[in-house]
Amino acid sequence: MNSFKLCIDLILSQFQTLGTVLQHTFTKADTVEYPEQQVALFPRYRGRIVLTRDPDGLERCVACNLCAVACPVDCIALQKSEDQEGRWYPDFFRINFSRCIMCGFCEEACPTYAIQLTPDFEMCEYDRQSMVYEKEDLLIDGTGKYHDYNFYRIAGKSIAGKGKGEAENEAPPIDVKTLLP
Amino acid sequence: MTEPINQIGTWIDIIGILSSVMLVAALLIWVERRMIGIWQDRLGPNRLGPLGLMQVAADMIKIFFKEDWIPPFADKAVFVLAPMIIMVTILTAFAVVPFAPGIGIIDFNFGLLYFLALSSLSVYSVVLGGYASNNKYALLGAVRAAAQTISYEVFMALSLMGVVMLSGTFNLRDIVEAQRNGWFCLSQFLGLFLFIVAVVAESHRTPFDLPEAEHEIIAGFHIEYSGMKFGMFFIGEYLSVTLSSAMIVTLFFGGWLGPEFLPPLFWFCFKTSIWILFFVLLRASLPRPRYDQLMSFGWKFMLPLALINLLVTGGLVLWMES
Amino acid sequence: MATLHIDGQAYQVSLGDNLLKTALALGLDLPYFCWHPALGSVGSCRQCAVLQYHNAEDSKGRLVMACMTPVSDGLRIGLQAAEAQQFRSDILELLMTNHPHDCPVCEEGGECHLQDMTVLTGHTSRRFRSLKRSHQNQYLGPFINHEMNRCIACYRCVRFYNDYAGGDDLHVLGIHNNVYFGRHEPGVLENEFSGNLVEVCPTGVFTDKTLSQHYTRKWDLQAAPSICMHCSLGCNTSPGERYGQLRRIVNRYHGEVNGYFLCDRGRFGYDFVNSSQRITTALIKQQAQSDPEIITKHWRKLCVDQKIIGIASSRASLEANYALQQLVGQDNFYQGLGLQELSLIKQVLALLKKPPATIATLKQVESADAVIILGEDITNTAPRLALAVRQALRNESFTLAKTLQLARWLDAAVREAAQNQHSPLIIASCHSTRLDGVASEVVSGNPETIARFAFALAHRLHGKSPSVSDLTPEQQLQVERVAKVLSKAQRPLVISGTGSHSSEVLAAAANLIKALPASHKMMSLVVPDANSIGVGLFDGSSFIEAKQRMDKGDIHTVVVLENDLYRHGEHAEISDWLDSVKHLVVIDHSLNPTAERAELLLPSASFAETEGTLLSSEGRAQRFFAVMPLSDQVKHNWRWLALAAADNWQQFDQLSLACYQAIAELEPALAMTPNAAYRVHGMKIPRQPHRYSGRTAVTADIHVSEEQQPQDLNSALDFSMEGSLGHRPPALNPGVWAPSWNSNQAVNKFQDESGDHLRGGDPGVRLFDKVYKGRWHPPAKPLPHREPSELVIQPLHHIFGSEELSNGASAIKQRSPDLYVALNPAQAQDLGMRDNDPVALHSRYAQYHLPLKILPGLCTGILGLPVGLPGMPVIEGGTTVKLHRLNNGEAGND
Repeated sequence: MNSFKLCIDLILSQFQTLGTVLQHTFTKADTVEYPEQQVALFPRYRGRIVLTRDPDGLERCVACNLCAVACPVDCIALQKSEDQEGRWYPDFFRINFSRCIMCGFCEEACPTYAIQLTPDFEMCEYDRQSMVYEKEDLLIDGTGKYHDYNFYRIAGKSIAGKGKGEAENEAPPIDVKTLLP
Repeated sequence: MTEPINQIGTWIDIIGILSSVMLVAALLIWVERRMIGIWQDRLGPNRLGPLGLMQVAADMIKIFFKEDWIPPFADKAVFVLAPMIIMVTILTAFAVVPFAPGIGIIDFNFGLLYFLALSSLSVYSVVLGGYASNNKYALLGAVRAAAQTISYEVFMALSLMGVVMLSGTFNLRDIVEAQRNGWFCLSQFLGLFLFIVAVVAESHRTPFDLPEAEHEIIAGFHIEYSGMKFGMFFIGEYLSVTLSSAMIVTLFFGGWLGPEFLPPLFWFCFKTSIWILFFVLLRASLPRPRYDQLMSFGWKFMLPLALINLLVTGGLVLWMES
Repeated sequence: MATLHIDGQAYQVSLGDNLLKTALALGLDLPYFCWHPALGSVGSCRQCAVLQYHNAEDSKGRLVMACMTPVSDGLRIGLQAAEAQQFRSDILELLMTNHPHDCPVCEEGGECHLQDMTVLTGHTSRRFRSLKRSHQNQYLGPFINHEMNRCIACYRCVRFYNDYAGGDDLHVLGIHNNVYFGRHEPGVLENEFSGNLVEVCPTGVFTDKTLSQHYTRKWDLQAAPSICMHCSLGCNTSPGERYGQLRRIVNRYHGEVNGYFLCDRGRFGYDFVNSSQRITTALIKQQAQSDPEIITKHWRKLCVDQKIIGIASSRASLEANYALQQLVGQDNFYQGLGLQELSLIKQVLALLKKPPATIATLKQVESADAVIILGEDITNTAPRLALAVRQALRNESFTLAKTLQLARWLDAAVREAAQNQHSPLIIASCHSTRLDGVASEVVSGNPETIARFAFALAHRLHGKSPSVSDLTPEQQLQVERVAKVLSKAQRPLVISGTGSHSSEVLAAAANLIKALPASHKMMSLVVPDANSIGVGLFDGSSFIEAKQRMDKGDIHTVVVLENDLYRHGEHAEISDWLDSVKHLVVIDHSLNPTAERAELLLPSASFAETEGTLLSSEGRAQRFFAVMPLSDQVKHNWRWLALAAADNWQQFDQLSLACYQAIAELEPALAMTPNAAYRVHGMKIPRQPHRYSGRTAVTADIHVSEEQQPQDLNSALDFSMEGSLGHRPPALNPGVWAPSWNSNQAVNKFQDESGDHLRGGDPGVRLFDKVYKGRWHPPAKPLPHREPSELVIQPLHHIFGSEELSNGASAIKQRSPDLYVALNPAQAQDLGMRDNDPVALHSRYAQYHLPLKILPGLCTGILGLPVGLPGMPVIEGGTTVKLHRLNNGEAGND
């Protein structure tokens, strides 16, 4: 008997569904008629990827490879290099946008806020080869969404102009020869 | 009424009916997509021609010019034959549909049985198509279609027996006339419900489109079909929807009957359109059941219900006559 | 066997080990830092805490350190108990308080034991708000990078460097929370095994500097199982490649050979693969030729008549040498060695083929209870063997520990108990060696003296061994002392080799081995190159002897396979030899003086791009595999040789099979490694890790459509990230990784138990396992009389600089010594020479001008000549030469 009742309930619920859907005859469509009508994109929209600079105007990317490994379609390739000051930077940084699915995992993985997705999705090309972006194409002059962050001010690695113990929250270097407690 | 078969239409009627039915089926491509769009708060195809109507033409052109490919591993003869069956059976079934007094192709004493026979024949199309594709998904789809048709065929006929008892005839025109004093949808609402479920299942429309369930068996029986052969399955489905709607109207909603200020043909078409839209609404809203649920629903719920309906209707008829 | 209950589940385990090792062997994940299977337990990091319950009713338990707890029958342990987990997480949080937030710019990131353990213990967010301690870094030489801020003070580095490897320039400095691991002042880490700090350090304090120069994360390195090419021991390595460059070499665990450690030459010598000296196109008469048809035509034309000889290579695989032999025919096959080198190799090979004692694996070396080294500077010729010998010296302390009922893995306790007691090590050498400090007896003398000492020793141990007369009384006393030690030993080990260029030393060593009374006696013979033993299996005389045939005009074409002939004779002699060659064909991967003279120079693959079998000095046949696909015009050496004639052997397996069948000794190797048809669940084994990144971007700048992955028809490995992630036979395992173990500590999951054999058997097949009786070798001739001005050449080996291939690596170059000749201080004074004086050396062929180096510890009458340094004259050991001091104005060679 229970199953019979269940059957009736289920059938009735189907009718309820039909009713609900039918009501939508009178609601307005959500469709935005792009391109006649422009889309309102929010700052955190996941569109074209850029590489940003830190507040001092230097490249934020330290070539840690985390974006590359987070990428589910493996469309990021880069090579670490190191400059005179001891900073790591990408020798080359390539994103194959013809493979990119704009998932934003790279941005999430980036420990230095270097890689960011921007509210720009209009990047169609007739030639697929033009979808391959190199570092020159990706690097912008600004800081993107995060204005104040500078990885090297926090990290314990010393670079020119910032010695050991000069990072945020760091004590001056230990003198190993002292015996004082 | 003395003659078992009465030809009432001329050749012009036949051609007119067939072409308008085809036109309606083709238009349904657009109607369905537009309606589903509306119900899902979208727009649907709106770019080609006024209201996107030319989408139909575009789709036709596309489907005609697509490569008509027959897989090398398929059973070629059957593969080609299968999609034709659905077109032929459904279109032939339209012969008995009583559009309006004097409009139609034949007036047939056993019209109802003829409809039942042909609509069940259409399943051969699916079964043969699935078999001939020589593809496991297609075969699974075909097997599902066969089992589904057998299960729902049974109570489909039984659900209509109430109507037959009340009207005392199998002749569809007489059944319409018998509704002058009240549409059978009132006296036979259970029969109506059963019949709707059965025809939805027969035409393999959502929520009973398990033979082509994309998420389980990709596209089921028509997985290997392309070009116009696929098109025939596609149009066949819409023809089936149109036929089913026409039959629902004929059997339960008084066919062409309606207020006199408009011609009977209008009423018939109007009612049929509403039922077609109902089919679209079903697709826009209902999810697909699991296969075992489908089968147990058919055998354990609908069949007993059909028998109860038959029993009650029969009893009432006998009681009223006595 | 004992029953151990962990988290309520009963396990059958063996007694004698500590709980941590046992738990890891059971496949359980228990975090640890300070414990290392090779270093034992000290219980200092407190990370492996578990709950120990008194009995089945006890639900509270008490915290114990798993690494310090011996397994006993019925032991009940709560590994996942909440209290233990909390404790481990808290310990990790404490360790992390000063960690410097620099994983993105840390070379260890992605294969960091500290990262793994942090995740494993579940410590996720930082609560410590105070200031972080910081440290200054030190310059530690061209191999190792120092970043002291990352230190968690587990003490593994100093325990490895000082206690295990015998280093004395890495210390723990400072006190309490400020301890500092480094040198007393910045400078090069002296020890030959400093590179292992990279793998021993659980975090990024010591990282690979050469890797950092072309840094790639572990997950991006395409790797393959390989064998070290830089000495004869056959250590297993796992080289990693990215963007067509070899990026680094890490240790590939082998239970019988290298265990957990490599020497620095093996680890940092890889860079020659990326060097600008690599030959990338074929050169015909010094003109680059890129059309393969023209090259093949020219190559075939030179081979077409039968007047062709081939010169083999001891750094090419068995298969390549076999292909060469097949091309030129047995009679025209010459060894690419000088006369003396060849006779020494033959002498060693004769001993290996019918060994009078077990040929020791490095693991067995570690089990020896007395070691005698005869005339071989193993620290420089076979460094990993020296490390194994150092471990053998600890056996005395383990015996002592047993009497004190101390478990041998209780590292600190055992060392404390033993203090400076070592098992006996007797070194006979003509110069001081790195092992002298731990030797119980040092016999100093030239090779003749060493041989006589060993002959006398053998005679003393076994009456039938031929005797020698005219020993000095001190020598007799020494013989007596050493004989006493050796006759007591249960598992004595004799080490010798070709390093002193003396067949007498080898003969004496053979007699000594035969004379030893112990039943478990062992021997180890060192040869120069990775495949010296393997190529010795082919019949062939020295290429020097082909000169006569060439002068007669019998020979038109000479095919040199991966060999720089200038390393096997004096420059003038070899130049003269090469002058008489009509057509010289050289197949090699890097430019060298011989290759520069080739009429046809064919670019072959380095070890990183090809595959083959090498025969190590213990007679173990091992297969190495290509790490990366071949670049454009480079071919496998065996493919070049096959192309010259019938073009048989399209695939390596065909050649390998033919080679193994042709040489009787290689028969056991037939079943050695799964062949190219081997599949795991129908799939090949991927060389790339499963998280290899950038697959669709690496070549996108050249063409946006990805090309098909290069196919590898020669092995069961694939140049791909796709394939079986499941079980791999140890011989085909490119590297170690296990879920939640990204660091090299994942190796625990691939072993029977930590520090033991690999699961599925250690790779390679030993060919000479049967022990024979052997024969007595005739004793040395009496010492010849020499004038004081006459000096005998004695080769001096350098771990950095003496080996040909590693000299192409820039980091190794920085560590190689400058050219010099060495004299004993007293003798130099007699000759009126001082350090750095320019001297002239007169040999049979030429006069060489070199700076003099005064070398204390060198015996008199000997002129030490460093081996293999680029530009160094090559003179056979034992040659008598004259030396005079150059006056101002005399300059220039010859």
